[in-house]
Amino acid sequence: MLLEAISKGSHTFDPTMILQMAGIAKSFPGVRALDGVSFSVRRGEVHALVGENGAGKSTLMKILSGAYQADQGVITFDGKAVAFPTPSQMIGLGIAVIYQEFAQAPHLTVAENIFLHRLPRTRLGLVDWKKAAAEAKRYMDRLGFSVDPLARIDRLSVAQRQMVEIARALSRNARLIVLDEPSAVLGDNELQKLFSTIRSLQKEGVSFIYISHRLKEVFDISQTVTVLRDGKVVNSTATREMTTDDLIRSMVGRSIGDYFPPRNPKFGNDVLKISGINRGKVLKDISLNLRGGEIVGICGLAGAGRSELLRAIIGADAIDSGRIELRGKALTIETPRKAIALGIGFAPEDRKTDGLFLSQSVSFNITISRLRDVLSGFWLNLSHERKTAQDFAAKLRVKTPDVDARVGNLSGGNQQKCVIAKQLNAKCDVLLVDEPTRGVDVGAKREIYELLVDLTERSGLAILMVSSDLPEVIGMCDRILVMCEGRITAELAKADATEEEIMKHATVH
Amino acid sequence: MSDISTMESRSNMQKLSASIFKASGLLWVFLGLCVVAALLSPAFLNPANLMNVFRQVALYGIVSVGMTFVILTKGIDLSVGSILGVCAVSTALLLSGGWSPWLAVVIALLIGTGLGAINGIGVAIGRVPPFIMTLGMMVMARGLALTLANGQPIGLKDAAANFAWLGRGAMLGIPVPVWIFAVVAAIAIFVLRYTPFGRQIYAVGSNEEAAHLSGISVNLINFYVYVISGFLAALTALIFVSRLTVGEPTAGTGIELEAIAITVIGGTSLFGGEGGIFGTIIGAAILAVLANIMNLVGISPFTQQIVKGAIIVGAVLYEMQRKRK
Repeated sequence: MLLEAISKGSHTFDPTMILQMAGIAKSFPGVRALDGVSFSVRRGEVHALVGENGAGKSTLMKILSGAYQADQGVITFDGKAVAFPTPSQMIGLGIAVIYQEFAQAPHLTVAENIFLHRLPRTRLGLVDWKKAAAEAKRYMDRLGFSVDPLARIDRLSVAQRQMVEIARALSRNARLIVLDEPSAVLGDNELQKLFSTIRSLQKEGVSFIYISHRLKEVFDISQTVTVLRDGKVVNSTATREMTTDDLIRSMVGRSIGDYFPPRNPKFGNDVLKISGINRGKVLKDISLNLRGGEIVGICGLAGAGRSELLRAIIGADAIDSGRIELRGKALTIETPRKAIALGIGFAPEDRKTDGLFLSQSVSFNITISRLRDVLSGFWLNLSHERKTAQDFAAKLRVKTPDVDARVGNLSGGNQQKCVIAKQLNAKCDVLLVDEPTRGVDVGAKREIYELLVDLTERSGLAILMVSSDLPEVIGMCDRILVMCEGRITAELAKADATEEEIMKHATVH
Repeated sequence: MSDISTMESRSNMQKLSASIFKASGLLWVFLGLCVVAALLSPAFLNPANLMNVFRQVALYGIVSVGMTFVILTKGIDLSVGSILGVCAVSTALLLSGGWSPWLAVVIALLIGTGLGAINGIGVAIGRVPPFIMTLGMMVMARGLALTLANGQPIGLKDAAANFAWLGRGAMLGIPVPVWIFAVVAAIAIFVLRYTPFGRQIYAVGSNEEAAHLSGISVNLINFYVYVISGFLAALTALIFVSRLTVGEPTAGTGIELEAIAITVIGGTSLFGGEGGIFGTIIGAAILAVLANIMNLVGISPFTQQIVKGAIIVGAVLYEMQRKRK
């Protein structure tokens, strides 16, 4: 109905809605993040927004908060169309977004954080501390949390800090509060307290958008649920009409097609074997094995501990306990340097910040991992170095004018190939890759898949691959491990792996 | 096959000349400056004056080579002037105490290297930000120099004659310090360009996390650059003492700022990973000629400071503008 209204060029206003976003589209270079999304929040409801990583939830919320500008679409808040939203305008209208990482000044007090930039003044223009403290206390009491308004905020618990964020939103007369993964940092008790606060604010007419990966919470707290997938709304209904299975099916459910190269694996012996690895709260009792020539996928939602597992294996983060065996030999890996010397390569998730030397040349980036191969005596043999780099660039089909080009000037896919080339140059036989195709266009994705498959089949490389892209994991991997909250919750054979099955083990019910 | 290898070596030559010509904008600035200098004062081209300029380039240049190593890793070394002071005083004390010049030289170099190593340990292992670590060392080492010298300049007495060659001698008509600088710069160019160590310095400066994940001992690299900087400060101290025949506890005061200015004017990025020694050589030459012209035409030292400061900011401003494109 709303879409029809848009297409007719008029926009009907539904007075029962506090927020109406219609036909929202947003593209980034190479990615269509949102594609005609219509999303409305009823007055006084808790509206859950769910979807896989990369489905477009954060982009949609950033448009709502004014941090991003939509390419197309109409936003109506409380009956008024918002033409060109800016963050301060959206706050002024009464929209507050509470992110996982709180936007707080940790060294200031509760009162100062609530009234940041707007502390009450006395007639002389000085800060009226008494009034600030009293007001802050009033807001916190209203939320059912009595804390000393003059306590420094870094002394509070995470749950209390979350409440300070909500108090700040209320002090600015927020009528729509977005909670982005609020439970990620809370324990069970604290979550119940948050829920009762939400319910009491609901009665006062405040509306909520609740983003969570934990489907149980969606059923506990929300009245309506909207599912985003690949930048589109695939479902938006009353929560009580949905089941967990419905929800999971609408979150995933794409056809994989023959997008992935045919796989003809020959497995060797265990190359890497890990048993009982623990690291603080992020990795709990992780065991896995990896055979030569095998591609094993690791799935899970953001924060499940996937990247942390890879970092622990290569010694970038210290582990508390556990055993790592490489080709049958138990050993400790304290540093990435040692991991590389042992033949374990690592292509990190964020290639720009962790993987590449952006201001340096392609050949610099490829050969840096093992310069001793291009030495003549004590000196670097620059011709030999160039030749090595050219060979890799040709083998991996890196599209670059020449190997002297700055790696920072290449496209995402070609940069990713350079990261992989760097690891291959170090002569690894185990390769850990984290999100190998994030931000890579479709054609280059296919090339990276072919490259990985080829490496395992031709040279017996063992690959451990973390990816949020479920079709990619299912299409590429011989076995799939699912992680949730630091544990491996399932091991699925290729034949049994479906997106529904993976999501079931990746979410907390 | 031979075709390919000649092509390869040609392209390496191109790369080398490209890195020289990257500094060539600066080269033109330098040549232009020399023309202006010659026009403003006929005394500029006087051989004695040119030798002075060369000596100046050499003295500041040696310290600046060390500074370039440090800045390439995204660090900074504020302590070179004070380390120079400690080494100058130590050398003078040893020589005036009748020690052999050879031994005095070795000990002074060891002291400078050792103080640099302390900087390196603080930065690499203690994770003290380079600015703070070397600021602390700057104050401490100056205190040490003043303590050792009891606040007084230390004359070399009879030993001065044995030690004169280093600062005042000449070979083939070119002052010894200039030769020393030439050797230091040549070694530095080769190390940065043709050794794994040099590569790793650029890697650490470009992206420390990526360097760590690529198996580079980031700590070791961060340690060594301060050691090198300390060593080169000590080497400069020896030339100072030899030239002046006296070890002053205040020797080298402010030279760290000159060295940073020279490095930055030479195009080495304060954000690490970009730049090199060619630029630093020209940077040293530009500042030396500039100071020389201003002296020749009688601009007061106070005004000279204003000009120098403006040039430093201007050089970085230019670099930023260039990057934005």
